Amino acid sequence: MKANQTVKFKNKPVIIGSYSIVGPKEGKGNFGPYFNYVIKDDSFGEDSYEKAEKKMLVSAIVGAIEDAKIKPNDVNLLLAGDLLNQIISSSYAARNFNFAFLGLFGACSTMAESMAIGASLIDGHQFDTVVCSTGSHFCTAERQFRFPLELGNQRPPTSQWTVTGAGACVLSSRGYGPRISMATFGKVIDFGIKDVNDMGAAMAPAAMDTMMAHFRDTDTTPDDYDLIVTGDLGKLGSEILIDLMEDQGIKLGLNYNDCGQMYYTRNQNTLSGGSGCGCSATIFNSFIMKKLRDGEYKKVLFMPTGALMSTTASQQGETIPGICHAIVIESDVVNNKDEDLKSSKKQYKIKKHK
Amino acid sequence: MQVDEKKRNEAYNRYVKAKIPKTKPWPSLFNSFLVGGIICCLGQGINDLILIWFPNMSEQTAWAYTLITLIFIAAFLTGIGIYDKIGKFAGGGSIVPITGFSNSITSPAIEFKHEGIIYGICVKMFTIAGPVIVCGVVSSIIVGIIYLFI
Repeated sequence: MKANQTVKFKNKPVIIGSYSIVGPKEGKGNFGPYFNYVIKDDSFGEDSYEKAEKKMLVSAIVGAIEDAKIKPNDVNLLLAGDLLNQIISSSYAARNFNFAFLGLFGACSTMAESMAIGASLIDGHQFDTVVCSTGSHFCTAERQFRFPLELGNQRPPTSQWTVTGAGACVLSSRGYGPRISMATFGKVIDFGIKDVNDMGAAMAPAAMDTMMAHFRDTDTTPDDYDLIVTGDLGKLGSEILIDLMEDQGIKLGLNYNDCGQMYYTRNQNTLSGGSGCGCSATIFNSFIMKKLRDGEYKKVLFMPTGALMSTTASQQGETIPGICHAIVIESDVVNNKDEDLKSSKKQYKIKKHK
Repeated sequence: MQVDEKKRNEAYNRYVKAKIPKTKPWPSLFNSFLVGGIICCLGQGINDLILIWFPNMSEQTAWAYTLITLIFIAAFLTGIGIYDKIGKFAGGGSIVPITGFSNSITSPAIEFKHEGIIYGICVKMFTIAGPVIVCGVVSSIIVGIIYLFI
């Protein structure tokens, strides 16, 4: 008997606000029109890329709070993480806010990790309003994990492009919006991949493990979801995941896709696709949230994947462990449109009187 | 359990290796041959020009000036952000000549300038070129010792 990894929320925390901000290259990608803000150059008016990443996170958090139509004082807790050493972008961004902060590290899976933890805290009545945020920047990640930007080297075909972008969302115990109904916390899975340029293959087994655990724990099948979306497995990794799931006897159909694979257009030269915390965070807080709010998607299984590697460990010959957390988000839109309109009007009035 | 895991990992690695898209060797070889050849021709051209303009210069000194010129051009192109684009197209063709060496020193210097002159530029400048220099020095010592005994 395997331990249960899935949490089912009784009160279903609501996502009342979301915001995404991306770099110029991402703005020209497939999801360009959906993002809230596209910055004009990678440095975002700062003198270093680390500061730019921090500023993007701050903007995303502020944007999400504004989108939720609440005051910053209403927020109880900030859950954030990023890819840099000592998660500096998140901690330094948290300096600007007057609420409690918990720093997380789940590599590129941080968006789901923060939302799962936030939803658990809200469901347990520990906190009322929680902001979840994460971001990444191509230039800072390149510098930390790979080579200087101006070095004239070629990338292998399996390599991925770290997304410049940050996303944030506000979870609350009440309000209107898509609801988080379940979360599956993933295990660290390592299938012995050593190539740091092949993250997709390193993370796919973790995605497979979490997906299997989720379907087992909740008694669901892929057909129960309108969209199953993994974080940043890329082109190669998502193909591997489909194969791995088929070995387990589950066929992923057309409702499965991968954020990294979808992110850029074909001639943007990103080889295997996008990666990084910002990859799943920005797509979730723009495209997927919009579709959930419109009611086009009723039930989404969102499962960002992360490669928990460091350059030191890799240089010492360690293999790359992967992790994947999954959350289920359900749309609150019912077919009766009038009722929906009424409720939104009511909400507007209440806010106005305040 | 341990043996099972090892077997599983080996099988997975084999599967991934077969799945990875391969780079096509012929186009990459052609690109690097083309760009590498152009850089070499450029070097020869500079050398010939120097010898034309300064007829009294010895050939050895002219070589030194040629290298300096090539290093400057590569460093300049790195600074204005063109060399990495050439490198992306050419691969080995722009890494192997001395211009690649220049690029490997200039690029970290630009990248780490925000950490200050000493801890940024000076410390990080040789992160990529360092191993090449160490290899050069060590191999020259070994060759020198062999030469001593022959």
